[in-house]
Amino acid sequence: MSEAASTTIARSGTALVPTGAAETTIDVSIWRGKAEGRYETFRVPMRESQTVLDVVTYVQRHLDPTLSYRFACRVGVCGSCAMTVNGRPRWTCRTHVSKVVENGRLEVAPLANLPVIKDLAADMAPFFEKWQEAKGVFKPTKSRADDIVQISPETRERRIIDAAIECINCGVCFSACDTVRWNEEYMGPAALNRAWTLVNDVRDGGNSERLFAVAQGGGCHACHTHQSCEQHCPVGLNPTASIAGLKRRTMQAYIRGELE
Amino acid sequence: MNVRLYLLQRATALLMVPLILGHLAVIFYATRKGLTAGDILGRTRGSIGWGLYYTAFVLAASVHGAIGLRSVALEWGRLRGRSADLLMWVFGLLLAALGLRAVYAVVM
Repeated sequence: MSEAASTTIARSGTALVPTGAAETTIDVSIWRGKAEGRYETFRVPMRESQTVLDVVTYVQRHLDPTLSYRFACRVGVCGSCAMTVNGRPRWTCRTHVSKVVENGRLEVAPLANLPVIKDLAADMAPFFEKWQEAKGVFKPTKSRADDIVQISPETRERRIIDAAIECINCGVCFSACDTVRWNEEYMGPAALNRAWTLVNDVRDGGNSERLFAVAQGGGCHACHTHQSCEQHCPVGLNPTASIAGLKRRTMQAYIRGELE
Repeated sequence: MNVRLYLLQRATALLMVPLILGHLAVIFYATRKGLTAGDILGRTRGSIGWGLYYTAFVLAASVHGAIGLRSVALEWGRLRGRSADLLMWVFGLLLAALGLRAVYAVVM
């Protein structure tokens, strides 16, 4: 075992619950209901390396099986488990309780800016409808009979795409965005970030429609550059930068008369 | 805000930067030199330069401010698209009318 690995293990050995000590607990308030509802408080044992999703799962399995929430992969890939934790949107499967707990308390609510289905499950339909509005769908220009396009990772376009492509569609940015909250037409950071990756995709043939779509009232120009999306994005993307790219590109297209 | 309004608002902002600096310089000059209203009117009356300067300033400010107010009305006032557009036009035209009337008064 390498020295670095053993150090990590030794660190994780300094546990929140020392062996033999009395069990430490955490009080977690969980939203129950739909748009109208209330917080219900549960007492959950604290564990080493415990995530917020672990806490919610503990409540459902041991304390109240009627609690509804959503998750799938548990390792930060699928983007299903985002919730509002102590007032901030987070991916709960990769959020350690020890990092976000405040005075031994956690408050878990569904994602903001989306309708609530029940308890912690937000309705993601409006979020994905915005992706459609922003033309966030690849439009091919070749058929399967054509050769595969060779794209060097060094090209400018590919580098721009690399910076923005790893979105897991969790909805955290949508939930964190002030403009989404204020302006129901606004497409939101994730949809516009997706549009920006496609604008730079040399294989894509849908740019005239896409640039037209994101230049409308609810498109990229509604962004106030508050950068909450960048602040909260769990995978470290910067949708604000993508939106700024769209603003520039649509402006150029408008000046050249290409947006009609 | 669509791309047209965005561009208009940025372009008018760009135009106003030197105009505002000039306007501030004029204010400081006039107050430090203790110019009276009569002195000022003596210089502005019949001046094509000052007329164009402040006409451009008034028009840029009207466009810029009206587009900004439309966004505020949409986002914080919960106005819908059509009524926010109407507010933008009414406010912009009002600003332009008041401003141009003032320019007319000091230049003509």
